Amino acid sequence: MSINKRFLLISRSAPYGTSAAREMLDIALTCSVFEQPVTLLLLGDAVLQLIRDHRPDEVSQKNLNALQASLAMYDIDRILIPETALQKHGLSTDQLSIPIELINAEQLPALIAEHDIVITI
Amino acid sequence: MPYIEVQGVLHELDSDGYLVDAAAWTLDVAQAIATQESITLTPEHYEVLDVLRQFYQVYEHSPAMRPLCKAVSLALGPDKGKSIYLMQLFPGSPAKRAARIAGLPRPDNCL
Amino acid sequence: MPTLHTLNRGPSHASCLEECLSTMANDDTLLLIEDGVYWALPSHISVLNDVSHIRALKADVLARGLHQLSGTELVDDDGFVGLCTQHDRVVSWF
Repeated sequence: MSINKRFLLISRSAPYGTSAAREMLDIALTCSVFEQPVTLLLLGDAVLQLIRDHRPDEVSQKNLNALQASLAMYDIDRILIPETALQKHGLSTDQLSIPIELINAEQLPALIAEHDIVITI
Repeated sequence: MPYIEVQGVLHELDSDGYLVDAAAWTLDVAQAIATQESITLTPEHYEVLDVLRQFYQVYEHSPAMRPLCKAVSLALGPDKGKSIYLMQLFPGSPAKRAARIAGLPRPDNCL
Repeated sequence: MPTLHTLNRGPSHASCLEECLSTMANDDTLLLIEDGVYWALPSHISVLNDVSHIRALKADVLARGLHQLSGTELVDDDGFVGLCTQHDRVVSWF
């Protein structure tokens, strides 16, 4: 693949209520298959996707925790969460299903600027 | 619905020819599907199928080529995690053909 | 390397605007479209005080009867396309 674009995927939704969280993960895996570097940013309610021990079979859906765990296998290692988003929901990093990188909200504009394509979902 | 017959038992396949019930998979089923794929299974094939089935158990989907290579590399060593090695075992599209023989669904994100 | 942000949610979806604003740099442009144009009403516009470049899509403004909006520059479809080409990337908030 000759042309690489830096992708920033911004997820903004809680899991299972809509298909948005699942779609973001599908886009991320697809970017990886096309060998495009991907950064994931979880804003607002999207941090709720990373709460552990989902049991979505109760609502007949596939487990997002399993897909999240596979991100590292697709070489998607940069998963960012603003500290404020975590605080808003009373969560700490050790309660999350996968390792993430905390960032300051002030860093967000620079993060956007360092990517070629920004997809919100 | 297509079926594959293994020792007198009919196993349902999906429209792409993949086993519908991953739990119904046995080595005999693998053999039967491999025969359809014109692949003769060797111990080298079986260890890759094993890695694939473990991947599916943990991540709940069939891997595309890139994570398949990574998983094989982690489990069986970097030499076997190279795509050329997997191409020799499962010519054409290793992620798809190996998933089929391993009794898993078709990989979603496969080129 | 400025970014064009489009926002199509109105004041009942405050978190959408909040998330949009949190990612905006000083030289970025905010284009209000669809229900997003309600943020340009005098009663709401103060939340956009920190945004230096604000535009609203003319058709959406007129369609909603907001003929008296002052202070917000309106753009038509050609203007929308122009904004897209003048920025390095477009981020859609919805």
